[in-house]
Amino acid sequence: MIDVIRARLRQGHRTMRYPDAPPPPLPDRFRGRPRIDSSKCQVGCSDCADACPTGAIDLRRDLQGAPRIDLGRCLFCTECASACPEGALGYGSDYRLAVRERSDLVVGEDEELRLADALQGRLRKLFGRSLKLRQVSAGGCNACELDVNVLNTVGWDLSRFGIQFVASPRHADGLLVTGALSQNMRLALQKTYDAVPAPKIVIAVGACAISGGPYIGHSEVANGVEGSLSVDLYIAGCPPHPLTILDGLLRLVGRLEGRRGVRAGAG
Amino acid sequence: MIGNGRAIARSAVPQLPQDEFLGGISAAVAGGARVAAFFGMLDPDPDAVGLVVVLADDRNARLHLGRTRVRGGAFDSLTPACPQVHLFEREIAEQYGLRPEGHPWLKPVRFHSAYRRGSEVFSGKDGKGPTIGVTDFYRVEGDEVHEVAVGPVHAGIIEPGHFRFQCHGENVFHLEISLGYQHRGVEQALRGGPDKRSLHYAETLAGDTTVGHTSAYCQVVEALARCQKTPRAQVLRGIALELERLANHVGDLGALANDVAFLPTAAYCGRLRGDFLNMTASLCGSRFGRGMIRPGGAGFDVDAARVRDLLARLDLAERDTTNAVELLWSTSSVMARFEETGVLAGEVAESLGLVGPAARACGLSRDVRHDHPSGIFRFAHIPLSTWSTGDVFARAYVRWLEVQRSIDFVREQLRSLPPGEARSRVKALAPDHVAVALAEGWRGELCHVALTDAAGRFERYKVVDPSFHNWTGLAYALRGQQISDFPLCNKSFNLSYCGHDL
Repeated sequence: MIDVIRARLRQGHRTMRYPDAPPPPLPDRFRGRPRIDSSKCQVGCSDCADACPTGAIDLRRDLQGAPRIDLGRCLFCTECASACPEGALGYGSDYRLAVRERSDLVVGEDEELRLADALQGRLRKLFGRSLKLRQVSAGGCNACELDVNVLNTVGWDLSRFGIQFVASPRHADGLLVTGALSQNMRLALQKTYDAVPAPKIVIAVGACAISGGPYIGHSEVANGVEGSLSVDLYIAGCPPHPLTILDGLLRLVGRLEGRRGVRAGAG
Repeated sequence: MIGNGRAIARSAVPQLPQDEFLGGISAAVAGGARVAAFFGMLDPDPDAVGLVVVLADDRNARLHLGRTRVRGGAFDSLTPACPQVHLFEREIAEQYGLRPEGHPWLKPVRFHSAYRRGSEVFSGKDGKGPTIGVTDFYRVEGDEVHEVAVGPVHAGIIEPGHFRFQCHGENVFHLEISLGYQHRGVEQALRGGPDKRSLHYAETLAGDTTVGHTSAYCQVVEALARCQKTPRAQVLRGIALELERLANHVGDLGALANDVAFLPTAAYCGRLRGDFLNMTASLCGSRFGRGMIRPGGAGFDVDAARVRDLLARLDLAERDTTNAVELLWSTSSVMARFEETGVLAGEVAESLGLVGPAARACGLSRDVRHDHPSGIFRFAHIPLSTWSTGDVFARAYVRWLEVQRSIDFVREQLRSLPPGEARSRVKALAPDHVAVALAEGWRGELCHVALTDAAGRFERYKVVDPSFHNWTGLAYALRGQQISDFPLCNKSFNLSYCGHDL
């Protein structure tokens, strides 16, 4: 017993103060929201779009072929940045990638990413201070699940915000779905959704759940939950960093309202 | 016969008559070889199916390849004499519509349509492929026997799978594990590659084994392209692979503590897992190693400042991990739950062909880094960590031994990084060749096999995740156990659903 107490003293208190203080520093090589500098783009060049494994880059006809990126498809890999001969594409350190509408994830250089706003009205009243979620994993690589799970560790301690994952859909206020929605999970996801009492919300986490991710177009998957369930919050990434997921959840329940410029420290 | 990470012409793989091929597998396994991969592939003749086997001779660090052609839609099952091929044969039946006659447990693996049109062995509605979760489940009958069915959706934040327990009171007679819910068609999608998605498929075969699977994929590509990696690239990859092992093993030790309600170690290891993941993120920006392993070497290099930072973080993480994990072994309530729970006998593990820490915890000396070393592991030898008791304790303790060895390795390699480029150019793949790569992921042996066509594209790409070998080991470990020990036993294996389902 004395060893347990000694270990407790040594390991110390580790829960981060975010959002009352800046979030923990992200690694310098972290790939957050892509940055586009289309002034460097050569007319007629499509190297970035050609290199993208998921077809996330669309070249805008209205702007001499300037790239626009669908963050719902983006794997945050390095292919477009390496393919661009001019260095017009790269990744920034902005980890905030959660939106309320699917179309908000498609952004060009001059377009602002409309970050998720909070639930309103009755839903806000019901879920703002207590949100219980049932997680459903439906045909992905398990990385999103792992980084959702991280929010339950002592460092992040998600439950201090009244957000918890519960074992039964009957106890849940909504679903947090990951994975490209394999055909083999369609029925199970629908049944789980049906078992959640109304009103309920759906959160899609990761490129797979939003668009199919690396598996877009496979006959074995349904290209994400879009079309099967109505989604209230999209959190982009492959997988999204735990901080990106937390940011999205806190935005949804209105915990970040009135906090300006909560950004990751450098380093 | 080839070595790990090598390629040979397809014509050099012996094409054997069916009887000789099947007899050869049995004889090799009886002689101590393991079946690393056994799979079907389409044949130019639409009535025939090709079968390919990769046998691992661990004592001599050699891999033996053989192939045959089967006509008539069936072959004699090897499973009764050679149980370790049981799931490979079910997979061949499901994918290519070849029935292994005499297979004692012939059921779908992933519940999808056959790759050879009209050849379904398992047909569901309208002659299409099987329907997920609908199969002939094993059932024990009796007045006092009851059945517990769990999943595909589970109580935690984990992947989907279906488990059926045949119980007598609290005791489990038998556990049947039925998967396929994460099936997303990756092996089929790899055909015709390499293309711009291939590498990303490798990175997402199992998200917690990104470095391991991508290393095996790149080894296959490099072997087919005759690409030599620089020593620096080999070291960087080795460091990434061991950091992946560290994060997962430390996380598992915490999760095991959680399952016996010992919260101190659960809380500390949950955080420390993140410290190791963040070291990987320091290398390549991604906690899971996305972008780090690339054909020809490593996607990111490190400079002296980054090495110093990583070494400092490693020292801190080592100190805290030692403190957190050693609490387990000195706490009698933890040891009472770990010891003699979920015992798997060495002979069972051997006959089922288990790999990785689960096999080493049963006393089996098998580790790709030791038996079939490639890259940096040819020069830096990591001692094999084994234990003999085959219980939850052994699976936990082997992880702890490996954590210590991996920390030593990462520290040593960071201190002696050879100069040179991190990545070399990769040319086109050799046509009509076959390449095999084995890598020791944190769960065990990852086996990738690629056969190229006349244009140098993948005609068949086979992935064997360690979970494919090990799920049956979990089912066996649960026999005679209390059903309430299932979470603990399950966590002590911590197998992948997506790596199995592909």
